[in-house]
Amino acid sequence: MKNSKFKGWLYLLPAILFLGIFMVYPLIDVLIYSVEEGYNFVSQTAYGYGPYNYSYVLHDPYFLQAVKNTFIIVVITVPLSTGFALLIALALNSIKKLKDLFQTVYFLPYVTNTLAVGLVFMILFKKTAYTDGMINLLIQFFGGQGVDFIEGPYWAKMFVMCFYTIWVVLPFKVLILTSALASVNQDYYNAAKIDGTSKGRIFRRITLPMISPMLFYLIITGFIGAFKAYSDEVALFGTDLNGAGMNTIVGYVYDMLYGTAGGYPSYASAAAIILFVIVLTITCINLMVSKKNVHY
Amino acid sequence: MSSNTQKSYEQIERAARTRKIVGKTLTYAFLVFWGLMVLFPFYWMVLTSVKSTGAYNAEFVPKFYTLSPTLENYREAFTAVPLAKYFLNTVIFTVATTAIMLVVIVLAAYAFAKLEFKGKNLVFTLFLALMMIPGELVVITNYVTITNWNMRNTFWGLILPSVTSVFYIYLLKENFAQVPDDLYKAARIDGCTDLGFLLKVMVPICRPTIVTVIILKVIECWNSYVWPRLITTDQNYFLVSNGIQQIRESGFGRDNIPAMMAAVVVISVPLVVLFLIFHKKIMAGVSRGGTKG
Amino acid sequence: MKVVLQNLTKKFPNRNKKIGGDVIAVNNFNFEIPDGKLIGLLGPSGCGKSTALNLICGLLEPTEGHIFFGEDEVTNLPPEVRGVGLVFQNYALYPHMTVLQNIMFPLQNLKGDQKLPKEEIVRRAKEAAGLVQIDGLLERKPSEMSGGQQQRVAIARALVKMPKVLLLDEPLSNLDARLRLQTREEIRRIQRETGITTVFVTHDQEEAMSISDLIVVMKDGVIQQIDEPQEVYDDPVNLFVAKFLGTPAINVFEGEVRNGRLHIGGDDLMAVPGVPDKKVFVGIRPEGLEPDPEGTFGCGLVNVEVMGRDTSVVFTHDGAVSENLRAIVASGKRPAKTEKTVRFRPDPLKVHLFDHETEERIRF
Repeated sequence: MKNSKFKGWLYLLPAILFLGIFMVYPLIDVLIYSVEEGYNFVSQTAYGYGPYNYSYVLHDPYFLQAVKNTFIIVVITVPLSTGFALLIALALNSIKKLKDLFQTVYFLPYVTNTLAVGLVFMILFKKTAYTDGMINLLIQFFGGQGVDFIEGPYWAKMFVMCFYTIWVVLPFKVLILTSALASVNQDYYNAAKIDGTSKGRIFRRITLPMISPMLFYLIITGFIGAFKAYSDEVALFGTDLNGAGMNTIVGYVYDMLYGTAGGYPSYASAAAIILFVIVLTITCINLMVSKKNVHY
Repeated sequence: MSSNTQKSYEQIERAARTRKIVGKTLTYAFLVFWGLMVLFPFYWMVLTSVKSTGAYNAEFVPKFYTLSPTLENYREAFTAVPLAKYFLNTVIFTVATTAIMLVVIVLAAYAFAKLEFKGKNLVFTLFLALMMIPGELVVITNYVTITNWNMRNTFWGLILPSVTSVFYIYLLKENFAQVPDDLYKAARIDGCTDLGFLLKVMVPICRPTIVTVIILKVIECWNSYVWPRLITTDQNYFLVSNGIQQIRESGFGRDNIPAMMAAVVVISVPLVVLFLIFHKKIMAGVSRGGTKG
Repeated sequence: MKVVLQNLTKKFPNRNKKIGGDVIAVNNFNFEIPDGKLIGLLGPSGCGKSTALNLICGLLEPTEGHIFFGEDEVTNLPPEVRGVGLVFQNYALYPHMTVLQNIMFPLQNLKGDQKLPKEEIVRRAKEAAGLVQIDGLLERKPSEMSGGQQQRVAIARALVKMPKVLLLDEPLSNLDARLRLQTREEIRRIQRETGITTVFVTHDQEEAMSISDLIVVMKDGVIQQIDEPQEVYDDPVNLFVAKFLGTPAINVFEGEVRNGRLHIGGDDLMAVPGVPDKKVFVGIRPEGLEPDPEGTFGCGLVNVEVMGRDTSVVFTHDGAVSENLRAIVASGKRPAKTEKTVRFRPDPLKVHLFDHETEERIRF
């Protein structure tokens, strides 16, 4: 195997090439962009270097709105979806008949185009000249006051947003938690049953610790995913998210790059790096918390 | 156990049984409820797509069924915009991206798992470090790169940036590494080349993981929206996601909701059908393969 | 506390839907476990012994029949009100808890007027730990212990709430040979000390024989024989029991009774008074054949394996049904290795006849 020295590199070449051009180089480049002041996209020249782009982004009301929206989405959907997924997984694992059917149905949203199904949610929640929409009619039926969830007040839009996000992320979490629960040795439950352990105690003292690695994995990836929310928002509110007041940080990055307000890769880069720092910080905090609480 | 407890044997038994039945009923009720929550949007989408535009607009209170289903909306969806073209584009994009990616990652994973060369561990560590980098960070430069290469509104512009995935290389490398080295030695003695060994031994043995990767990548490609949106302005290169978004914002979607739903059904169907056929494999693959996107 | 099983039956729906019907895992059990005894539930895997155990502890509900603890019926009661302790084959220790936490766990579950103060829980847990001699390991996690130690913890956890009945499901099968022997003694000692009625499930006949007061031999969900270990060995009720017990295994031949005498192949072995003429299976224990030039049983000599105190003689015979025929003989009487044949004198007490059709024992 004398020539395998070069062979190894040969096999790696395509991957290194693609990663170099589309991962490593952009990584360096984005840092440069973010400190290039007054970058002109057409002439590809800049005046000089400095922190101005960051300052601009941090003072941009659209960005601040996007940060606020993103944090609300994260804070609401991550705990709710994880908790709800756990509930569903527990219910699934407690039954035998129809378990496969339910599991398959629950997983369906995972394979669908979120942009397309988002449109269905939009027409369900939207108020138009022709109809108040399914959901509003339901609300009115129970004596509530209808509201336009798509173009109406902020909290209504945020509600649909979070609801749809949870609907979209649940399948994956349910699947992971169901298989985590199923892999817990049945003997532990039998032992606990014989000892007369109550359902709540079994859950707290046995189930939770046993699935805690998977749970934390889901929470960490859930945080990261929720911070990157974007296309679900587009599905519900259209591409002009700033206009709808529902933009997210990722949305802001893309809008700065392209779209109605676009053509400013410097601002986009600064915003993207700010997002990266936020996600990194939250992930580190998560990892620190999980070290204390996860049993391996 | 005192005779006191014995007297209440029947009571204890009945109480335990009742609790069990109530628990089971509640569990099933809950599961059915969420099942409906999941399925209802799909039902609504199909239902709306077969209502005639006139009927739909006349329903202030939407009906949960229709007595006169029509396929008119589907005709409308396919003729008002080049939906078939979007569809074809997405198929080309998905197949090409997945195929090229497979070649790239299989070669890389093989090098990391079975070949010995200087600097391997260092490169592998660097690769792993790249896993932490979010796509949002690099998309900006890639957009500029592709623009500079004059590749906007081309398939290559769509495909090239997404043909590598460090995560899949990692996944595959772990699997490749489990294939015993003795097999490699035996194959070499039998006169098999490195590449032959990879294709004839490694790939078949690790088929489940490769299938997993294909499944995940196909789902990702079919639903991808952000990158195609940046890179394509020409309808001829729209993918279904961009197509549907355009229909909604500037096309017939604003006034012909049934037709828009017809388009939504059309672009949802392929993955749903694939899923229904391969649901066991897909679910097993996803739970093994980890995260979405 | 004695345990009584009455007409106990458990059916499962057949997993293979094409065949349909039910699998009867436990078929019409009737027996009584006397107070304070250790009984061994013995049978090959899949014979329903674990199902029987799960019925007794309440993890399964019987299809038919009744279970009594003492005078009290517990048939369909949930496990926690029965007061049983169960030790699992793979121990089922909670991996995230220390040894002490594992042992305390059952006590912490007690509710209402049974609730114990914390100090009492710790005291009892330590007492149980002392009983199985793991005092020094209380702060360890299960993963930091050997299999034998884990098994002791599992036993302590089962004992700590002072169960009325202790159930052990193949408790030794995950241990290596040396530990198995040692833990076996340990279980016997603990059972004697506590006097708890104990059911011990195993597929290992040697284990069952050495530890049990009574052995229940099962096959395909049906009880074959209930008796003291020596009785089951010396006086099996059918061919299955005879074959299942004993190492080396019993030698089985096809034979025929003619005019009150037993014939195997061409050999006229011995008188079997009172047995009508018919074809039979003949089981001869390895220790029931003594080399004797005048013996009535002529066999081909294959090998002579010296084992120290005894010698194992491997032989062949045309009428043999079982493979690997063996006789265990005193070293002084062993035949020379160079011989081609060997003659044995059978010991009538070690020769059992079984009906050729029903495989039931024919006594003489």
